[in-house]
Amino acid sequence: MASKDQKTTEAKANSLRAGPDDTGFFGMFGGRFVAETLMPLILDLETAYTTAKNDPAFQADLKDLLLHYGGRPSPLYFAERLTEHYRAEAKKAGKPGGAKIYFKRDELNHTGSHKINNCLGQIQLARRMGKTRIIAETGAGQHGVAVATVCARFGLPCEIYMGATDVARQSPNVARMHMLGAKVNPVTSGAGTLKDAMNEALRDWVTNVRDTYYLIGTAAGPHPYPAMVRDFQAIIGEETRAQMLEREGRLPDTLVACIGGGSNAIGLFHPFLDDESVKIYGVEAGGHGLDVENGHAASMNGGRPGVLHGNRTYLLQDKEGQILEGHSISAGLDYPGVGPEHSWLRDSGRVNYVSITDQEALTAFQLSAKLEGIIPALEPSHALGWVTKLAPTLPEDNLLVMNMCGRGDKDVFAVAGYLGIKL
Amino acid sequence: MTKTIETRIDRRFAALKAQGRAGLVTFVTAGDPDLETSKAILAGLPKAGADVIELGMPFSDPMADGPAIQASSLRALKAGHTMRDTLDMVREFRKTDNETPIVLMGYYNPIYVYPAEKFLDDAASAGVDGLIVVDVPPEADDELCLPAVERGLNFVRLATPTTDDKRLKTVLKNTSGFLYYVSITGITGSGSADPADVQLQVARLKRATTLPVAVGFGVRTPDQARAIAEGADAVVVGSALVRSIEDSLTQDGRATGNTAASVLSLVEGLSAALRA
Repeated sequence: MASKDQKTTEAKANSLRAGPDDTGFFGMFGGRFVAETLMPLILDLETAYTTAKNDPAFQADLKDLLLHYGGRPSPLYFAERLTEHYRAEAKKAGKPGGAKIYFKRDELNHTGSHKINNCLGQIQLARRMGKTRIIAETGAGQHGVAVATVCARFGLPCEIYMGATDVARQSPNVARMHMLGAKVNPVTSGAGTLKDAMNEALRDWVTNVRDTYYLIGTAAGPHPYPAMVRDFQAIIGEETRAQMLEREGRLPDTLVACIGGGSNAIGLFHPFLDDESVKIYGVEAGGHGLDVENGHAASMNGGRPGVLHGNRTYLLQDKEGQILEGHSISAGLDYPGVGPEHSWLRDSGRVNYVSITDQEALTAFQLSAKLEGIIPALEPSHALGWVTKLAPTLPEDNLLVMNMCGRGDKDVFAVAGYLGIKL
Repeated sequence: MTKTIETRIDRRFAALKAQGRAGLVTFVTAGDPDLETSKAILAGLPKAGADVIELGMPFSDPMADGPAIQASSLRALKAGHTMRDTLDMVREFRKTDNETPIVLMGYYNPIYVYPAEKFLDDAASAGVDGLIVVDVPPEADDELCLPAVERGLNFVRLATPTTDDKRLKTVLKNTSGFLYYVSITGITGSGSADPADVQLQVARLKRATTLPVAVGFGVRTPDQARAIAEGADAVVVGSALVRSIEDSLTQDGRATGNTAASVLSLVEGLSAALRA
């Protein structure tokens, strides 16, 4: 899939797309910080993935699945009414302008988010490796649903670890996982959110080393996961590139995506990293605000480097190096770390990482529903929250693409509750 | 294998060999359930029969540990325990005991943010003899293991049932003090290994290294300790000890007059089994 494109880019000196190095580092970030029991498994996985990536049969199978099962390519949609809305805002402020807004519609994929892209890739790899049992962690449940889906499709048993807090606030996805035949294990340790689910999945993996494949859902964890998940998600950016060239005859000027672990964002960003004209924004969850201690999940704006879950990256932590739980209205962004490639892109200055509060995300959620007839998930509502701030300040010929990485069906009851809507 | 300065760990294992018995390695978490009680436990361990002391550095996310050690870590953190408190405990212990080796065990992040080089300096000067850092594999030796060895600290590594002979060479490269064999695939305090299988595995490890081999994970009772000790140089007991701390607490999690005593009497029983 990405291989042809990548070869040409990797040949370029100083490419920002060449990482990680042989030991899994993006600059100082990334690596393989896991217990010895897991080291042989991680090394096996790396070898298996490298072989698969370069195998045309593997890529052909994946392409076929993405097309006929996943529903790709996803449309690149001109959000006309939102564009008009932001232009009216700009005019009201006395500074005419307002970018032309496009949504990359990954919420239209099978299972309702970008997560299926990665799951179809990794399940094919797990089968190649002869693994017979799949485990995964999930926050909002979008990854859990995608894992349960591919496991049903290929007849493999699966267990999903999900924080007990998230089980309660994302119950529609819990029901979906059950219906797909997955076993959902609520995790009560810690605050019962995504980080605790990941701890529990790692404990399962270290126990069931021979038959089990750990299908990580975000571009984080020990090498090779950050690079592998990115490769499987890069189809988002590759399609965007081709679609925009066809539609407007040139590359986009601005990219915006939300960041929890950062898999949808790195998928959109990666094919554009070497295109200097493209400005890139990653949007973290600002929760109650960055000045509220432990009240947000913005690890790159409100954290510092540390080591957790197999990689060195920006983390929410106290001065003793104890990990904080963080907070976000969005279960999918409620994670104290972030993929290591994002940490590296932050420090190198290539990508701008900003944050949007719970309240700003809720406002954007309603804007998309009412003006475009698209109910977004709370995760991309954060991306749209940033678009709401940014778009009116940009000129009218600025082509902006926001990744609509998930649909909001899972969130409608929670949002109705926040907005005080009586059903 | 890296040439290292002789440490208290080396001397203790030499003494055990001379006595012709396997040693008892005890694990408790520093600061569990509170600093004063934890100090009393630490001070009492040598007399109760601990040959080597592993002291856990509490961490919020102990990914390789089971519920018992997770809970002990959280009790210590809830009581406000810091890395400086852990090092102070060792410094105080050393005032009255200059023989019993202490190995700090934990995860990388609290060390990384200390930051690492300063942590190693402070640990060495406090009287720490060795480190076990679960999530720093040999691939990252440059950043913690080698600087530790330079300061005269042993860096103890884990070998596991997934460590094949080729991987074992990598694991052993900069390991010193002893090799810790994790007898099961799993987290601390979970299932127990078959002693016969452990003997085969320890024999395999001993063909590859002259280092003493300590066996841990899933050892709870004196009988299990005795069985696992066949062929090994030491047995590690951890979850059973921190569980006895948990069992001694009041309903709201406070230490009782029985807390230190219950851990130490468990250690006495385990030690007696290995000396019989």
